[in-house]
Amino acid sequence: MDNNYIIEAKNVTKIYGKNRTEATKMMKNGCEKDEVYKKTGATVALWDVSLRVKKKEIFVIIGLSGSGKSTIIRCFNQILKPTSGTILFEGQNVEKLKGKDLLNLRRKRISMVFQNFGLLTHRNVIDNVAYGLEIKGVPKKERLLEAEKFIKMVGLEGWEEQQISSLSGGMKQRVGIARALVNSPDVLLMDEPFSALDPLVRKEMQFELLSLQRKLEKTIIFITHDINEAFKLGDRVAIMHNGVIVQSGTPEEMSTNPANDYVKNFIEGADMSAVLKVKHVMFTPLCIVRENVSAANAVMEMRENQVSSAYAVADDMKFMGIITLDNAIRARKEKIPLFSLLTKGIPVTGEEIYLKDIIPKAVEAKFPIAVVGDRGKLKGIVSRASVLSSLS
Amino acid sequence: MEYFLKFPESLILGSGEAIDIAVKAFSRNHRETLRIIRTVILNSVNSVYFSLEKIPWFILILIVIYLGWKASKKKYVGLIFGAMLFFIGMCGLWDSMLQTISMVVVAVTLSILLGFPLGILVAMNKKASTVIRPILDLMQTMPAFVYLVPAVILFSPGKTPALIATTIYSIVPMIRMTNLGITHVDKEMLEAASSFGSTTLQLLSKVQIPQAMPSIMAGINQTIMMAMSMVVTCALIGAEGLGMQILLATNRIEMGKALMPGISIVFLAIILDRLTQGMIQKGAPTE
Repeated sequence: MDNNYIIEAKNVTKIYGKNRTEATKMMKNGCEKDEVYKKTGATVALWDVSLRVKKKEIFVIIGLSGSGKSTIIRCFNQILKPTSGTILFEGQNVEKLKGKDLLNLRRKRISMVFQNFGLLTHRNVIDNVAYGLEIKGVPKKERLLEAEKFIKMVGLEGWEEQQISSLSGGMKQRVGIARALVNSPDVLLMDEPFSALDPLVRKEMQFELLSLQRKLEKTIIFITHDINEAFKLGDRVAIMHNGVIVQSGTPEEMSTNPANDYVKNFIEGADMSAVLKVKHVMFTPLCIVRENVSAANAVMEMRENQVSSAYAVADDMKFMGIITLDNAIRARKEKIPLFSLLTKGIPVTGEEIYLKDIIPKAVEAKFPIAVVGDRGKLKGIVSRASVLSSLS
Repeated sequence: MEYFLKFPESLILGSGEAIDIAVKAFSRNHRETLRIIRTVILNSVNSVYFSLEKIPWFILILIVIYLGWKASKKKYVGLIFGAMLFFIGMCGLWDSMLQTISMVVVAVTLSILLGFPLGILVAMNKKASTVIRPILDLMQTMPAFVYLVPAVILFSPGKTPALIATTIYSIVPMIRMTNLGITHVDKEMLEAASSFGSTTLQLLSKVQIPQAMPSIMAGINQTIMMAMSMVVTCALIGAEGLGMQILLATNRIEMGKALMPGISIVFLAIILDRLTQGMIQKGAPTE
């Protein structure tokens, strides 16, 4: 058993309604979900879903409503039982867990955060946070102390005695997160936790979640319908559609190699500048001029490639600057060294930089931005157009 | 022609009589059990009555003033309640009122003790729900007089059949409102509570019942009002109290004498209703 994976789903299928065997047969023969529903009345919520979640990563499942994303996440802690297939937690089949063992899985290993918070409105903040400890039988003094710690962590100090109804949406979800963390679980299941929040608060919460995750090193399985949120938070992302995983991989893999049109369309809505790095959009310049090349050769080269400037590099490919066609012609006429007429101060960037970080440079640049690697070696160039078009 | 217009005589059953005979037979065969039930009920009603009787009248009025003030947070409301009670005393109906209250108290207590767990059962168990729901419908739509009679046959006229009839009548809202409150708990809240590893019992005691509390309190309020009205009707089977005063006056065609206990009942009902309503608002979690 590979110890890198904490949760694995293997061929998980969930079908609601009667005629489940009939529905399974039809799905196996390649029928569409809608067709199966019309004929058998059974709803296929998940079909043959397999995925693996690594320890301490943020795994995002993204899909529209009805795609099965909320169903699969509920199979992980057995709030829902799959019709077929297995869910492994640290290599152990969770479906086989009965009574106390299942309670212990929920009490100690996996916690959940909900879209509409699911807070107990008849309790105040601290008693909500302490709920998980209370049902485990932790004595009152101890559990309040522990709850206090997590209330501080999510920034709700001073709000302990407040009623839930007096909190804003963002604060309610902080309570939800503190309540999930208080059991010190290994895995945090988050079912669209920020979808009910307004955009500004959502951004803030996303940021805080990332810093919490870095601090606590939990495995997080995060569900969203927002591709930007998915790409921002996810180490790896799985796109679900109609109960099936369409594609899974890192945000970069997905945006550079979408598996099909559905994924492509989904990603088109995304602000790619936060996902794509320079290396994904850079290309090799058409015309490179080395230091010892004569001006005449440089002019010829530029004319051949139909460009008005060339990237000048030293012998070891170190980026020096740009030679414009005008300057190359002048150098040929006046017989002065080509490199004395270099245009310097060209903006440079690295391969691993996100596009969003070079947008200001791109806006101002007159020439494509040079991409340099180790010791200033020219790796390629990024055109202004390719940076700006990554913005949604 | 006659055959089509009139229901055929030959098809009419003597079912009513059969039930009469069965009830009478039951009463004869279970005399001992029925006697024990009667003693328990009579004793509890009487002990409530005797303890109410031991409270000096002005103390009871002061208590009602205080409770009315606390429930409504307005002093004059408490004073109005006190005045109402004082009026009942002035009509010479203090003792009848205590009789009525003691019946209501016992009937409501019984309704809560039986109705609350039944309501939970109906909410949690589908089978129990399919059995109990139609019985509840029956209990609520059946004219109350109908079960006054078997109660009298089984327990002979007096407080005991009155109390049983009242309980049957007033337990329905308790069961219904408890059931309603528990089945209407937010689904995500339940899901959240079970995702943290709550057992069914913890779910019930820490989430469902506290969440259902406003609805349960409303059920208690309804139960009190139903018991109040039924206790009055029960004068017909010999239950002493305000209802009996009305019945006696009506029989003698003394309109004025019937009106006084009538008004007293209205006053008592208002006081009981407002006091329990006040309790509901206090118990409700602020949404």
